[in-house]
Amino acid sequence: MNIHEYQAKELLAQCGVPIQLGIACQSLDEVRPAAEKIFASGASRVVVKSQIHAGGRGKGSFKSGFQGGVKLAATCEDALAFAGQMLGQVLVTKQTGSEGRKVGTLLLTAGAHIKKEFYLAVLLDRANSRPLIMASTEGGMDIEEVAEKTPEKIFKEWIDPAVGIMPYQARKISAALGLRGDLIALGAKLISGVYKTWWENDATMVEINPLCVIEAADGKEALLALDGKISLDDNALYRHKNIQAMRDLNEEAPLEIEASKFNLNYIKLDGSIACLVNGAGLAMATMDIIQHFGGNPANFLDVGGGASKEQVTAAFKIILMDPHVKGILVNIFGGIMDCNVIATGIVAAVKETGLTLPLVVRLEGNNVVAGQKTLAESGLTLITGTSMADAAQKVVKAVAA
Amino acid sequence: MSILVTPNTKVLVQGITGSFGARHAQLSLDYGTHIVAGVTPGKGGQFFEHAGVKVPIFDTVAEAVRQTGATASAVFVPPPFAGDAILEGADAGLDLVVAITEGIPVNDMVKVKRALEGKATRLIGPNCPGLVTPGEGPDSHGGCRIGISPGYIHKKGNIGVVSRSGTLTYEAVWQLTCRGVGQSTCVGIGGDPVNGTSHLDVIKLFNADPETHGIIMIGEIGGSAEEEAAEWIAQHCKKPVAGFIAGTTAPPGRRMGHAGAIVSGGKGTAEAKIAAFKAAGIGVASTPSEMAETLLKMM
Repeated sequence: MNIHEYQAKELLAQCGVPIQLGIACQSLDEVRPAAEKIFASGASRVVVKSQIHAGGRGKGSFKSGFQGGVKLAATCEDALAFAGQMLGQVLVTKQTGSEGRKVGTLLLTAGAHIKKEFYLAVLLDRANSRPLIMASTEGGMDIEEVAEKTPEKIFKEWIDPAVGIMPYQARKISAALGLRGDLIALGAKLISGVYKTWWENDATMVEINPLCVIEAADGKEALLALDGKISLDDNALYRHKNIQAMRDLNEEAPLEIEASKFNLNYIKLDGSIACLVNGAGLAMATMDIIQHFGGNPANFLDVGGGASKEQVTAAFKIILMDPHVKGILVNIFGGIMDCNVIATGIVAAVKETGLTLPLVVRLEGNNVVAGQKTLAESGLTLITGTSMADAAQKVVKAVAA
Repeated sequence: MSILVTPNTKVLVQGITGSFGARHAQLSLDYGTHIVAGVTPGKGGQFFEHAGVKVPIFDTVAEAVRQTGATASAVFVPPPFAGDAILEGADAGLDLVVAITEGIPVNDMVKVKRALEGKATRLIGPNCPGLVTPGEGPDSHGGCRIGISPGYIHKKGNIGVVSRSGTLTYEAVWQLTCRGVGQSTCVGIGGDPVNGTSHLDVIKLFNADPETHGIIMIGEIGGSAEEEAAEWIAQHCKKPVAGFIAGTTAPPGRRMGHAGAIVSGGKGTAEAKIAAFKAAGIGVASTPSEMAETLLKMM
């Protein structure tokens, strides 16, 4: 699960990571008092930031024509004017796709006098199953590009999960970023806090880009997490009630929300051939084979190992809500699952939804003969596939016709 | 021979009284697997009964091992308690712990994996279908089935199968069996980002097993385990290997069902894995329908 910047900063602050004064606003009424409060704290500028689950906000543009999802305001009036252009509007960035995302929340923060920008992230290194802290002096940049072009500018430190982060490791990273004097200790504290945020919240990634050296009000240098991005492990959400409450359904595709109610794993894609499969690996492979034979998959859909008749019916309904779907491929390898139960579910679902699109069914496995008989005697005009390849070719042909 | 388990392996089931664990304990008993004990804390002294067999239930894995001599375990314990169950199995000195449970928090597995370092116990999974060494009876009856794979699709023989995905494993096994080609052992290593046994670990075992003559390796997007296995195969593997990688059409940044199946930061793409397979001389099936065919052509 992903959360917004303002929510991520809340979690970071709880672990002692320094952030600026920030106030989240869901309506225009909240903007003026928020801006006043930030100016009153001594800030000379207020930053108005659109909150969506996608990067590239600053360089994004709204469908209304307004440019920039992050704006610097010198007065309360400016802040209010920017907010008026952003709230409720659809922001398109390089990460949102052309459909963009509707901005439902703005984060107002104090502007900072930035002297240097760094990159800092904690993530899981799958290759050795340990947490990894990545830091770079190339802050504010696209880190993938840095990794590609100048890998020597990325510093890596692995954490032993049995011990946790040790102070020397945090100091080592601080030093690698070129921090000196008092900033080494401040950096070590901040880095330890970011790691703690990752571990204690069961995050899959915490990214601070940029992490900044700023000139504080007293003229001294200080450190600040200027931006914050956190992704969380869905498997661990059950033990974090506070994070469950951060879920923003506006950021999720409506069909995917609907599917999750039935415990179906559905991901919408852009093609025209819907698929309904049991098992994640087979579901991916089914999408691949559709493309191999010249079609385009409309979705990923894993109905799981023990799909019920209700789930199959719900799956058909969700598939059919996608207006781009021109044909359906059902691919079931019933290992333990009884193919006849699935076949009965398919027949019921087709009748209930009044399906008129071409439907190709490939059933294999346990009690398959009875399942095929159920399909054959149903009176439905469906096409049977004898293998995955056969079924994929038939559905591609049916959709092209 | 086979790898990891033989038809004589004594197996215990952790979470045998839950509906999922019970169902698959029954299916394993039907298959002829030696399910010798169940473990459910608080239900020690009771019995799990199925088709005339009475399997004793114990409160702890240590006790079950002491009383029955079980050397392998299937973990069907719910996600919040599964990490604990795995380490209990290791503490009891089991050779093999197979974690079927799906949905274990990643950080729990990070801790479990760290705790298993230096221990003799091998973990397979989690979030996996388990493993099967087919038997000699009809529909491969009499084999060792730990987990949730359908037993009857197997056939005793000489092909090793290793895969992250359950149904894709069944697909490959069924393609082999339908062509009259049997399997030595079929191992599902699971779809999570942190798992106990990797593709490479299993490939090494197959390479050393005289009864395994060829290998099917099925991978998917995410991580770099397939690339590591391919590199080793290129240098050391004496046996033909055919493979398939699922997820060519998966959009970046999205988890495709399995917690580990995600292309992130341009890493873990199907293209990179397929290229690594080809560079290592692994036969790549261009569609999942041709996994068995691709291997058989090489043999």
